[in-house]
Amino acid sequence: MIKSPSKRRQLSDRNIILLFILPTMIILVLMNIYPLFYSLYLSFTDYSVISSVAPKWVGFQNYQTILSDTRFWKHFAITGQYTIITVALQMLIGFGLALLIKEKFWGSGIITTLILVPMMLSPVVVGLFWRLMYHPSYGIVNYLIGFRNINTAPEWLGSPTLALWAIIIVDVWMWSPFVMLLSLAGLSAIPDYLYEAAAIDRAGSWFIFRRITLPQVMPLLLIAVLFRTIEALKQFDLVMGITGGGPGDATETVSVRLYREAFQGQFDTGLSSALAYIVLIVIIAISNLYIRQLNKVREG
Amino acid sequence: MKQSFRLLIVAFVLFLSSAMAQVNDLTIWWAEWDPANYLQQLVNDYEADTGIKVNVVQEPWGSYYDKVAAEWAAKGGGFDLVVGDSQWIGQGVTEGHYVNLTDFMNENNITDTVTEATLKYYGEYPGGSGQYYAYPTEGDANGWAYRKDLFENPDEMAAFKEKYGYDLAVPETWAQLRDIAEFFTRPDDGLYGVGVYTQVDYDAITMGFENVFFSYGADWKDADNNVIGVVNSDAAVQALELYKELYDFSPPGTTNAFFAEMNDLFINGQAAMIMNYFAFFPALDNSEINKYRDVTGYFPMPKGPTGERYAALGGQGISVNSYASDERKQAALDFIKWFAQKDVQANWAALGGYTCNKEVLQSDAFLTQTPYNAAFAETMNFVKDFWNIPEFGQLLEPSQRYLHSYVVGGEGTAQEAMDGMAFEMDEILINAGVIKE
Repeated sequence: MIKSPSKRRQLSDRNIILLFILPTMIILVLMNIYPLFYSLYLSFTDYSVISSVAPKWVGFQNYQTILSDTRFWKHFAITGQYTIITVALQMLIGFGLALLIKEKFWGSGIITTLILVPMMLSPVVVGLFWRLMYHPSYGIVNYLIGFRNINTAPEWLGSPTLALWAIIIVDVWMWSPFVMLLSLAGLSAIPDYLYEAAAIDRAGSWFIFRRITLPQVMPLLLIAVLFRTIEALKQFDLVMGITGGGPGDATETVSVRLYREAFQGQFDTGLSSALAYIVLIVIIAISNLYIRQLNKVREG
Repeated sequence: MKQSFRLLIVAFVLFLSSAMAQVNDLTIWWAEWDPANYLQQLVNDYEADTGIKVNVVQEPWGSYYDKVAAEWAAKGGGFDLVVGDSQWIGQGVTEGHYVNLTDFMNENNITDTVTEATLKYYGEYPGGSGQYYAYPTEGDANGWAYRKDLFENPDEMAAFKEKYGYDLAVPETWAQLRDIAEFFTRPDDGLYGVGVYTQVDYDAITMGFENVFFSYGADWKDADNNVIGVVNSDAAVQALELYKELYDFSPPGTTNAFFAEMNDLFINGQAAMIMNYFAFFPALDNSEINKYRDVTGYFPMPKGPTGERYAALGGQGISVNSYASDERKQAALDFIKWFAQKDVQANWAALGGYTCNKEVLQSDAFLTQTPYNAAFAETMNFVKDFWNIPEFGQLLEPSQRYLHSYVVGGEGTAQEAMDGMAFEMDEILINAGVIKE
């Protein structure tokens, strides 16, 4: 006997939608939303993940501890200094490289690919390789910059002033190609007629760059700045791979300090959760500033 | 009929419960390294003797503590025994993770079989309480490897005597070690006097410095756990100045060096002497790895200015998990009783394990087994450790930071470094309630 269509078990459109969305929602809630809110709760508690003692509510004490500790401010200052210098250099070098290789020439494809290689490597591997390259005895860096005598060669990773620069150089080497890639995308999207019109008006190179090239590429450059700033503010793996935060804590970024608080013998889960939220708030605030600027550029 | 059916059920339940109570296997957790492999080899004998299979589960050093700590937090029975680092004992005891072994060890006369220092630092908590929570299993401490071909070269000996006024030989004091390090520092020849720990990541530079620190008569605390005036005492400052000098006689690029880098310096012929844990010396006794193997000698820590001598402690003791069932706890105790026997400890040493058994340590078989065993046996009588209270990780952080800033980064003075360290440690200890304000 054939059942009538009305009696057939059928999924309604709403149920089909739910069926597709629910697994994603469940994963999202379990893997992202719940940990996010649970860590927010933990940031207001005195709690260690390795202790069998339940979290104890302490209000804003963890935040107060962090914001009133001069050492934490030192880590923020190191991170800020690192972010400003790396992002500025990456913009200059990345955009400069893009201007150089935007015109097609023999071998430009291979050269572009080779330039992109550093950003495809694992940061930990890059860190370990550069540590060898910075080595005062057999590293190539000192040799290339002319220090052939081991007795007078700078000890990049042992000097509090040079160590941060050592990491900055690696970060710039690794991520300038990313800026170059975005800049190339922006440069190739500039209509030729703008340059033709400027040429007819006998506009100079600097005028063309300032009034046509730069404004046209600016939205993509701002996106590059946004991405690189976020990454630089979270810098962890290169620091651990190259200096381990040393000498002393001269290169200890906020993320490295966060790692030390959260793990490495301390396991202060409450305090480290609070620090993670402070970093998150800083990143959101800076991102918002960039996005506003980006919208202004787009509108203007 | 009903009656016999009931009896049958009761008998079945009794059989089932007795079968469940019988322990057929034991699980030991340890870090992933050669001694754990040796232990796995050793415990095959235990299975042959008792029928109980013992599994040594290994976890990489980097995540070992995290794994054990997570199991403790869950009050889990993932392991019956754990070979825990000496610094964990405070947490293991105060948080109730370790079974108190005092009565068991006293009744079985186990406490007298191991060296006093290893029992104190691997097994006892709090220090001096006579309460034991671990059986000293893998003894380890810092010692030295040196190039005999350099030390015994007649030209070098004559030049040294001329410069320093005494014979070039294995150093007996830190002052002599410093002179020898200076003497062999010849950058133009690619040779340096010494290799010392400098790694900032976890505890390496602190462990390296402790060898000088303790031998100079300094300590991390006084009898009342005070640190101000103790950690930054004159002796401590002098010890740090000496450690900095040694670093200046070490090969360039050793800004973040630990055991692997120490062996590398030696194998590459860059250093005349290196400090390292004895557990890492087997690599130097392998001619395929170390081309200087036949001219490599070993010696224990030298003495400080007042004749005191200490070596920074490594190594671990074995403890019973307090969250295991009573049957499993008993089986774990039976295993320790077996493991602590002299002949088993002799086998343990023969396999490559670093026994803490007094008699085995002094036996000819042990002393001649490897070129470094004699130095190890001597060292295990004067070992000393860092704090082992639950806050040891917090205390380690300022120690690592200040030592590395001064020794490697060259920032400030030794006095400033020790002062800063002492004040930060004081604050941590006050917050932890270890020091009463």
